Amino acid sequence: MRVIDDMTAILTGLWTTWKHILRRPVTIQYPEEKRIPSPRYRARIILTRDPDGGERCVACYLCSAACPVDCISMQAEEGEGGRRRAAWFRINFSRCIFCGFCAEACPTMAIQMTPDYEICRRDVMDLVFEKEDLLVEHCGKDPEYNFYRHAGIGVTQPRGEGEGEKPTVDVRGLMP
Amino acid sequence: MAATLFYILATVMVIATILAITGRHPVHAIVYLVTSFFALAGIFYLLLAPLVAMFEVIIYAGAVMVLFMFVIMMLDLGHPERGGRPALGQWLPALLLGATVLATISYAAAGFAGDKLPAMLPGVKEFAVTLFSRYGVAIEVISLQLLFAVVGALYLGRRR
Amino acid sequence: MAGADVIPDPMEITLVIAKIGLVLLVILTLAAYLVFAERRILAWIQDRKGPNRVGPFGLLQPLADLIKLLTKEDFCPPAGDRWLFFLAPAMAAIPAIMTFAIVPFGAPVRIFGRDLPMQVADLHVGLLLFMALSSIAVYGVALGGWASNSKYALLGSLRGLAQLISYELSMGLSLVPTVMLARSFRLSDIVAAQEGGWFILYQPMAFAIFLVSILAECKRIPFDLPEAEGELVAGFHTEYSGMRFGLFFVGEYINILVLGGLAATFFLGGWQGPLLPGLLWFWGKVLAFAFLFIWIRGTLPRLRYDQLMHLGWKVLTPMALVNILATAWWLYLAGSSPL
Repeated sequence: MRVIDDMTAILTGLWTTWKHILRRPVTIQYPEEKRIPSPRYRARIILTRDPDGGERCVACYLCSAACPVDCISMQAEEGEGGRRRAAWFRINFSRCIFCGFCAEACPTMAIQMTPDYEICRRDVMDLVFEKEDLLVEHCGKDPEYNFYRHAGIGVTQPRGEGEGEKPTVDVRGLMP
Repeated sequence: MAATLFYILATVMVIATILAITGRHPVHAIVYLVTSFFALAGIFYLLLAPLVAMFEVIIYAGAVMVLFMFVIMMLDLGHPERGGRPALGQWLPALLLGATVLATISYAAAGFAGDKLPAMLPGVKEFAVTLFSRYGVAIEVISLQLLFAVVGALYLGRRR
Repeated sequence: MAGADVIPDPMEITLVIAKIGLVLLVILTLAAYLVFAERRILAWIQDRKGPNRVGPFGLLQPLADLIKLLTKEDFCPPAGDRWLFFLAPAMAAIPAIMTFAIVPFGAPVRIFGRDLPMQVADLHVGLLLFMALSSIAVYGVALGGWASNSKYALLGSLRGLAQLISYELSMGLSLVPTVMLARSFRLSDIVAAQEGGWFILYQPMAFAIFLVSILAECKRIPFDLPEAEGELVAGFHTEYSGMRFGLFFVGEYINILVLGGLAATFFLGGWQGPLLPGLLWFWGKVLAFAFLFIWIRGTLPRLRYDQLMHLGWKVLTPMALVNILATAWWLYLAGSSPL
């Protein structure tokens, strides 16, 4: 009968909610208890250094180009030995949407996302992070990688001596 | 104390009714009329007729006036408070009827010897027995009338 | 009462005023905590924790809510009807509080050498007074929505009007068998008549109809069409702010308590029950009803308007009528009818 079916449906619903009353809440009491996000979590952006302690960023503007909200800006300059770096580097976190495109675009693994999600400021201007706020003293997620060991030819080491790099071919020689 | 209460309630009722008649906005008029019904219910209660008092509130204030309000809200009346006052010719029939009613009541009241009120409270049971035995035919006629209304409403509201 | 030119002795007056004050205090406090309880229980149903920051276990939350409501701006829409707008919340809350005057909330107590009934006013038309007051409560909803001069509010109040009128009918009809069994409109008599067995045993159908009808009368989910937040923002109280909104809000919870109390009185034997004192039994039953209402709110979806009208007019009202006829036949055959 329809009435009985309807009553059963209502009672089933009531039983389900009753079971949920007795279940442990999933809420985390935020400021006291903090959830530890996965290492791949996309939050505050940092600029990492290579294992030698040098800045990884070569100011190639790729991150700035990839950024969908245009929150990254910088000015390139050339340091000693022709090594490029950012004269200033600025991320406006009030615009950043934490999409991670900048970190994907970066060829030197300089710009990386961290799981630190607590970026709140009283003043919106405090959310504009300069290079000194962004630059950290470690290598981030990839401690081994050093861009100038693979590339950066002629800047940090002679040509053909980088890791995984073949020796230069003597174009004037006759050997194959 | 009962006399004082009666005069207070009667004053409230007369003022509220006058405001309901002269008020230009139908919703305000309804609120005044409901106030008047409340005062009337109070008077009935003082006259040892609590049943009538309750039915006054349930039926008139709680059902009839609510339906009036429902209709007023459903219809878009625009700005009734900006309309003009009724002309003298429109007042005349109402005044005439009112005067007739007033005259009749005055005549009846003049002949009223001022009987003592019944000493015992007429209970619900006596009320019901009288209603359904002595006035049984009237009740049936009224219920038939309501049945017509229900059938009519169903006929109008049926799905074609 | 007429002819009451006898001045009652001051002790009597003091006791009555004390009773009124106590009932008001208990009802308002309970209503405030019912809001809190509802938020907590709904949170548990949804696997959350609910408000637990203000005070131990969040127990001071009602106070915080009160301060918030009192300090908010009291705003009236410029195009609205100012006078009715300010009057409407009181018209919604006051009948609900007044109804509690007739509810017997405990066994009579002997105090200072006199019997003190645990009831503010034992009217012999008590049940009718309840019907009268519940039909008056419609005005708060209707006038509040109309005076706001807003589409949402007007639609909400129109729905509220139609819903309250429809379900008042089935509510009233479902109470008729109770009166037939107790042979009285007086609530203390109805409680006394259930000494042998609660009326829910004799009248399960009437109880079911009454329960559904009071859910609709409180405008609670699944009958919350007048305030349907998914469609009408907040329905009839969309334009209200501050304590005027608070009055509507608290009025709803007072209504839950009062209707729960009446359901307990009419069908669950009022304050009667074994072992425990009457006060505890009564308030326990009221709180059980309140919990049931919250539980239902956490479970069921809202009805559609045509389903609402169908349920009210084509299911509950005919069922209540048939129930009345059956009860009358039963009483007649049992030889206990006055005819």
